Amino acid sequence: MRALMSFLLLGASKLAAAVPAQNALEPLGVQAAGIHDLWRLTLLICTLVFAAVLAAFLYAIWRAPHSKVQLAPDVSTLDQPEPKLGRPVVIGVAISIVLLAVLIVADFVTERRLARLPLKDAVRIEVTGHMWWWGARYLDDEPSRMFDAANEIHVPAGKPVILKLNSADVIHSFWAPSLHGKKDLIPGRTSLLHFRADQPGVYRGQCAEFCGFEHALMAFTVVAHPPAEYEAWAARQRLPAPAPATALQKQGLEVFMRSTCAMCHTVAGTEAGARLGPDLTHLASRSMLASGTLPNTPQYLAAWILDPQKFKKGANMPATPLSAHELEALMAYLETLK
Amino acid sequence: MNPSPAVEPRNAVLDRTWSDPPGLIGWLSAINHKTISVRFMLTTFGFFAAGGVLALLIRLQLTVPDNKLIGPDFYNQLFTMHGTTMMFLFAVPVMQAVATYLVPLMIGARGIAFPRMNAFAYWIFLFGGLMLYAAFILDIGPDAGWFAYPPLAGPEYSPGKRTDFWAQLITYTELSGLLEAVILITTIFKMRAPGMTLNRMPLFVWTMLVTSFMVMFAMPSVMLASTALITDRLVGTHFYNPAEGGDVVLWQHLFWFFGHPEVYLIFIPPLGFMSSIIATFARRPIYGYPVMVLAIIATAFLAFSLWVHHMFATNVPELGKSFFTAASAMIAIPTAAQMFCWIATLWAGRLNFRTPMLFALSFFFILLIGGLTGVMLASVSLDLQVHDTFFVVAHLHYVLIGGAVFPLFGAFYYWFPKFTGRMMGERLGKWNFWLMFVGFNVAFFPMHIAGLRGMPRRVYTYPAEMGWGLLNLISTIGAAILAVGILLFVVNVLLSRKRGDMAGADPWAAGTLEWATSSPPSPGNFPRPPVVGSRFPLWSKDGVAGTVRGLADDRREVLVTSVNDAVPNHRAVMPESSPWPFVSAVAVTVLFIGSIFTPWAIVWGAVLCTPPLVIWFWPKRGPTQKNIEREVKP
Repeated sequence: MRALMSFLLLGASKLAAAVPAQNALEPLGVQAAGIHDLWRLTLLICTLVFAAVLAAFLYAIWRAPHSKVQLAPDVSTLDQPEPKLGRPVVIGVAISIVLLAVLIVADFVTERRLARLPLKDAVRIEVTGHMWWWGARYLDDEPSRMFDAANEIHVPAGKPVILKLNSADVIHSFWAPSLHGKKDLIPGRTSLLHFRADQPGVYRGQCAEFCGFEHALMAFTVVAHPPAEYEAWAARQRLPAPAPATALQKQGLEVFMRSTCAMCHTVAGTEAGARLGPDLTHLASRSMLASGTLPNTPQYLAAWILDPQKFKKGANMPATPLSAHELEALMAYLETLK
Repeated sequence: MNPSPAVEPRNAVLDRTWSDPPGLIGWLSAINHKTISVRFMLTTFGFFAAGGVLALLIRLQLTVPDNKLIGPDFYNQLFTMHGTTMMFLFAVPVMQAVATYLVPLMIGARGIAFPRMNAFAYWIFLFGGLMLYAAFILDIGPDAGWFAYPPLAGPEYSPGKRTDFWAQLITYTELSGLLEAVILITTIFKMRAPGMTLNRMPLFVWTMLVTSFMVMFAMPSVMLASTALITDRLVGTHFYNPAEGGDVVLWQHLFWFFGHPEVYLIFIPPLGFMSSIIATFARRPIYGYPVMVLAIIATAFLAFSLWVHHMFATNVPELGKSFFTAASAMIAIPTAAQMFCWIATLWAGRLNFRTPMLFALSFFFILLIGGLTGVMLASVSLDLQVHDTFFVVAHLHYVLIGGAVFPLFGAFYYWFPKFTGRMMGERLGKWNFWLMFVGFNVAFFPMHIAGLRGMPRRVYTYPAEMGWGLLNLISTIGAAILAVGILLFVVNVLLSRKRGDMAGADPWAAGTLEWATSSPPSPGNFPRPPVVGSRFPLWSKDGVAGTVRGLADDRREVLVTSVNDAVPNHRAVMPESSPWPFVSAVAVTVLFIGSIFTPWAIVWGAVLCTPPLVIWFWPKRGPTQKNIEREVKP
């Protein structure tokens, strides 16, 4: 397990050292690549049109006689019926229509192509938008194999993923541009998003529909593992949290249950089962805190627990006043939640 | 040049008849369309300036990553107020404001239809706008976005009064827009000078006619939506509450069924500005008049068929998406036809590059980019990547600033001599133009790239490692340059107002009727309204075939003509100045402000509104002129 974690951290840090992939121009999944092809075609056609029209416009004003004073107007077209539209204008409109038709057909084709992603053996994840974090429930035909996580979507690379999108409050939008276009999470409705990450890696995404106060700080990562590693990761996630071993950790669990933590969060295998906040069963295995806002280090975690609003002004999590010893115990316990 | 009706001596009796009364009461009683229009233009420009300041604050916050200058609470109010101001308090009202000045002059009428309603519409617009800004200053300004999607804007997630102010303000200012639409349609259809058949109307009048019809169909949709929102919030209905059988997507359909045509409400009148300016400075009529008119009408129809492209990320069925993709892309065809007609006009013209012409020509560059990115957004797949990102922010500013603000500034330079009798400074004008043009492109072009590189819109901050910092820094610098350019415009207006060169009736040697009367026009517009024989009456030999005689000078008489051919029907007497539209507007405002706090305000507010409205409409005894006196030369 430790080996897996270190691999993950290594992999993650390698990618983070570059730039987290959140770029529609750098597609890393088959869906985003399809859209990127369409983008290149559209950009090409639009650039040609832009150049052609601008050239015609500039040539027109270059060739027309210029004058600083008001000349007598040319009214020859006024007293007779308007001449038929000149050939260049008709040709220009005709070319516009043809090019638009090309773009519309290209769009249809792309759209159908995106819809035809083969979904055999797909991983199914139910993603629920909350103000301002993401819940993820990994679905399975066998209820005992389902598990919950938050703010990170782990998927096997090269395999299709079906996201079932819901919202617990307002409208959010799931968008990881390197993998696929966005889809809204609408209260009262369920929408589906299919994608496939073609290579292992970490992809960043964030909420794209204005969802109130901390809309800007509602990010997430999609972590794509090689399939075998994904299975190992999922197997680990299915386990309940380990029982605290040391005395300090036991005290930490007590703090967790006694303070406000347990009123909102779930830790599988303990009495904490509330669903208002993210599931913390495997908190220590995540790389970021507070929906992509802070790195998951003990320092940030402690600071976050003491005063979440300092980092995320609108966060619904209240500040938790703890003594130094209580905090130390709680941190010792939370670190066991791998 | 032909003898224009302006050479007819002004008539003191006529001037007195159409003047606004003196004094404070008189000031509040004014109903002359030019007085109201100037106030309307100044007010909308004031809101434009306020919205611009908000935009600068937004840019300031986004200049560098992880900026702590403005927190999320104030930032959300900023962009909500910026959008709301620009869309509801500036863009559409300013077009209507300019139109209420120009349309009667362009069609050779002495006044506007329903002048008291015009004053009333202005007052409620002013009060509505002030009410919104008062809320903003008192820190109860809206913060759920100018699009106010429920459930975020609903009672559960936006408690307090913020969104109530927004919802009621929308209903309120749109009421003003609807009234103006009624006024303009009636004026254009029934008050054109004899001989000005539909086929001879200036293109600007056509654009305002089409725009007004669009207002009639689009505004009720958003008024309905915002009324349902306020009843959800105040009365506890569940239009947008999925837990009780409501639907949050219903809001989006109603809102965008208004919201997309709204873009064209903003964009179509400038097509008229463009045509006026290009014809004058290319010294020839616009090429392909029938095509231009048909293109304007086609744009208006198509504008109502593509609202769903704002909603591709919601659950729209596949085939439905394809339909809306095609409809959205098709709107490029009439726009292309117009572009080519203007290019043909320039091609065959003899050009003169004064400041209005520069603003008009910049349209080709800016709108072309905005239009092409619009075609990109029409595509479902591309839209799913760029929707709700800075790419869309760039696109919409290219369309709205390039398609409306630049032509509008050109229009101000062009018609300023008519409004004030003085020319605007040309040197300052050129500086104004180039700073705006450069600043605009520097500010908004990088946003396309930021959006494609993953930057969502409506975020108050972003992490440094995303790499959007440089692009945002460039945008902010551009915004500052743009702001300086707009500031120069204000300076130019203030200087030229007192010290500009005297203009004379027709400083540009233009061809349409508004230039046939003195600058600024007399209170009654035309001492003798002209009889029109051509599309450019001042240019063609027999363009002004004669003048209308027989209208009384000592009463506010106007000539009512037939819809198609502008054949005189009868003479109508327009109402006198009255303070009651103002008092009624105050009463209605009290009702609306009250209704933000309690639904009972509808009841006691109605009681309060009744007396002034009854006095306003109380019929006066007076001679009515039913018969047509055949003194009109055909």
